[in-house]
Amino acid sequence: MEDHFELAGVKYRSRLIVGTGKYKDFAETKKAIEVSGAEIVTVAVRRVNITDPNRENLLDYLDPKRYTILPNTAGCYNADDAVRTCRLAREAGVGKLVKLEVIGDDKTLFPDIPATLEAAKILVQEGFVVLPYITDDPVTAKKLQDIGCAAVMPLAAPIGSGLGIRNPYNIRIILEQATVPVIVDAGVGTASDAAIAMEMGCDGVLMNTAIAGAKDPILMAEAMRLGIEAGRKAFLAGRIPKKLYATASSPLEGILG
Amino acid sequence: MDGRREYGFFVQMKIRINGEEKEIKEGLSLAALLDEFQIRPGRVVVELNRDIITREAHGSTALKEGDALEIVHFVGGG
Repeated sequence: MEDHFELAGVKYRSRLIVGTGKYKDFAETKKAIEVSGAEIVTVAVRRVNITDPNRENLLDYLDPKRYTILPNTAGCYNADDAVRTCRLAREAGVGKLVKLEVIGDDKTLFPDIPATLEAAKILVQEGFVVLPYITDDPVTAKKLQDIGCAAVMPLAAPIGSGLGIRNPYNIRIILEQATVPVIVDAGVGTASDAAIAMEMGCDGVLMNTAIAGAKDPILMAEAMRLGIEAGRKAFLAGRIPKKLYATASSPLEGILG
Repeated sequence: MDGRREYGFFVQMKIRINGEEKEIKEGLSLAALLDEFQIRPGRVVVELNRDIITREAHGSTALKEGDALEIVHFVGGG
């Protein structure tokens, strides 16, 4: 069966979006991404080290013709900085997709929602394809969808925490009202977390630390690919309802007397 | 001319690059500066005094005393 993940008019086979941070080196980054099957990868925008500019560049390892590059606004604490970062990213010539994250608190890395809404409005007006990172709040998701964001990306749990989906009921409500893709972004710890998001009907999952921080990132990248695929297929297949008591799997007729 | 100093034939001027003060030759273009710092123009985006300078304009953009440059690129991130 043909099953595509469609984002801003582009069809993708993979529903896994991966980050490129925290890997040992670019070679490991490249290998993990290949094994994960992801077609969209996030990157950050940072100052070049001008005293040592000749170091290798991430894009030497990730061909923008092969991967959709999704620049983020990580490290931005207000709307102005986030918009400025997106404009710089667009000038790099890798497209109009941006992962908007405006951080509101250092300890939890929870987003500043008013600033996220403010930045989203400006960016949508400027023609960006905006994917905002948000808390698992259905009201915020609805507002961002109405502004014209191309997807909404509620967190499963705090960034890098590995706690998995903490509030599946809110994610369900977000899914119910969504007219744009819902991508669970951040907080996934292991393959079953990713599978749960997909089983619930989420359109995709974005993760970084869960893969890059695993003891064996390459093996975890494969586990995540399989977790996403398993969860998606289970969602499409339609699970059985949960029941309190047993229903026999073997026929009750013809039992030995 | 505040901040400018002569070294032999060259007049130096001070600019800020990524928050650091640097002395460079007066009249240097942005393209020449990137070349001097061995920065590949195809892998970076440059902001001059908060305005983005397109790659096509690097050669025709002359730097002047007190300019503030931000030179950024993509790094690993989530």
